[in-house]
Amino acid sequence: MAGTESEPTGARDASLPARAKIAVTAGRVAAAVSRKAGRGSGSVIGGKVALRLDPDLLATLADHLDVVLVSATNGKTTTTRLIAEALRAAGPVVSNALGANMPAGITSALAGGSDARFGVIEVDEKYLAGVARDTRPKAIALLNLSRDQLDRAAETRMMAEKWREGLQNTEAVVIANADDPLVTWAASSCKKVVWVAAGQAWKEDAWSCPACGGVMQRPGDDWFCQECGFRRPNPHWALQGTHVIDPQRGAWPIQLQLPGRANLANATSSAAVAAVFGVSPQVALERMRSVTAVAGRYDVVQYQGRDIRLLLAKNPAGWLETFSLIDGPPAPVILSVNALDADGTDTSWLWDVDYERLAGHPVFVMGQRKLDLAVRLEVAGLQFHVVDTLEQAVRMAPPGRIEAIANYTAFQQLRKVVAG
Amino acid sequence: MSESSLRVVWVYPDLLSTYGDRGNALVVERRARQRHLNVTRIDVRSDQAVPTSGDIYLIGGGEDRPQRLAAERLRNDSGLVRAAENGAIIFGVCAGFQIMGREFINDLGEREPGLGLLDVWTTRGEGDRCVGDVLADVDPRLGLPQLTGFENHQGVTHLGQGVSPLATVVAGRGNGTGDGTEGAWRDTVFGTYLHGPVLARNPAVADMLIKLALDVNALPPADTTWYDALRAERIAATTRPA
Repeated sequence: MAGTESEPTGARDASLPARAKIAVTAGRVAAAVSRKAGRGSGSVIGGKVALRLDPDLLATLADHLDVVLVSATNGKTTTTRLIAEALRAAGPVVSNALGANMPAGITSALAGGSDARFGVIEVDEKYLAGVARDTRPKAIALLNLSRDQLDRAAETRMMAEKWREGLQNTEAVVIANADDPLVTWAASSCKKVVWVAAGQAWKEDAWSCPACGGVMQRPGDDWFCQECGFRRPNPHWALQGTHVIDPQRGAWPIQLQLPGRANLANATSSAAVAAVFGVSPQVALERMRSVTAVAGRYDVVQYQGRDIRLLLAKNPAGWLETFSLIDGPPAPVILSVNALDADGTDTSWLWDVDYERLAGHPVFVMGQRKLDLAVRLEVAGLQFHVVDTLEQAVRMAPPGRIEAIANYTAFQQLRKVVAG
Repeated sequence: MSESSLRVVWVYPDLLSTYGDRGNALVVERRARQRHLNVTRIDVRSDQAVPTSGDIYLIGGGEDRPQRLAAERLRNDSGLVRAAENGAIIFGVCAGFQIMGREFINDLGEREPGLGLLDVWTTRGEGDRCVGDVLADVDPRLGLPQLTGFENHQGVTHLGQGVSPLATVVAGRGNGTGDGTEGAWRDTVFGTYLHGPVLARNPAVADMLIKLALDVNALPPADTTWYDALRAERIAATTRPA
């Protein structure tokens, strides 16, 4: 099956129970048919077929693995990749590296990793509790929670509540971001928690206390509720500038090829996860250096003789982190926004994003909802050009590397265009 | 209020700003500044007192628990009610609209008293959540073009004798009562279910709020090129047969 980084071999399949064996084989066939039909990697359909034949397949496949689950609103694909690289120091890894993060895609990925010791799995927020029950993970990394696609997703605080209820009996070591009050609320009922001060630029979803509803006080990096005493836990690990601080106060330089503060935070959480499996921060961080682009994100591509860096930003918190990593003015910036089902069909969130921060950049807007962007930028008082195609934007852009920021389906479309 | 200044109060962004509600404040600010008005925007957090001296009060949407907390705190504070009694302009969206009514159903499933600024009450809809683009004809007495926006709510809002429907839906669900009404208004108090944000989709409504605040019949023209383009596109998308 597709969606995995290791070669599908038959070595472990032989040891699977009969029903699981049939299910895995049927899934591979379905995936191959889907691929041949030009419908993508086939990992989701393959997983669906396999799970229908053997509903316990995910649990069976995970049984042989030391499983790590990674969930968050933002950064889960990248962090999954960083953890996978780090753990390869200790043994072979199977991972849903392409971001198929619901049970079918996860099943499909695990079915491909016959000889793996570790399963490093990105999980959609909504499915975390169920996948944690099925896969009995050794570690769960919880990075952040913020508003995302509210026209179809659960409310942000309800998501934290769901995590809290679903994870309270887990035997896993939970690696949680102490700087995110919602993540802290979700993790604080777990037995074993490693707190990581990974930072959080976006604060607008946690002004009211997840425990009692009181108004949260947020002086500097700290946070606490004056009414019920719920407060930021003391972190075991921390991101300090460009260093990971470990529980023994050792400082390790992070030298990623991936840009931005958010990825320094992802690396810090990844180092804390790696330590659970005996991989030292030094070794883990060294291995993370090899990661360049993740599923096309941060990729610098050539198009029409120009360098374009492709950046994915799906929600206000993601846009905020992205603005902090782009080249300063006068670097040209292309913004592309769609509102297809996978993006969320309500574009109101554009107004939670501080586009004012693009002042001084030549700005080009495109995508299905370019007019929503145009009104947003007009109200922000920015100069901008509305264009129909990437080619048009690139032709009009002044010299310099172009930063292209797009939401989910708009990003996939940009990748297709630059690939020719 | 002096001729050339406008105090825009954004009520409880910490609780009622779930999805782009800041946009309504930004659009009012922008439209007023384009008319060379001095604008002061006052963001009032829910542990602060609501000033009574504002000209325009904006209340946004929110999730169920924050909505209950906001209603509790606004009832205890009473600043907003006094401002309304003084004739201030009040504009509420979604959860904010429900809070302005007599009562709504809170996150605990209980009847929660609202502020009574509008003669409406909200029950919990039995059917599917109302989600999607909306197009509606505005009460002709307000002299506004069609309203376009995006709704996302479970509540069903019933209108009493003391208010008029703000609009009648052409597409979408509006108040969810099945009679096609969308929002409610009386005097200078307005409520709607529309996000988008609604003032970004309908700059004429933002202008109306400013005119009411200044007590003038007209404002100097301000460019609406991009708003018009967006409106045309959304109206076409909403009326296009599926």
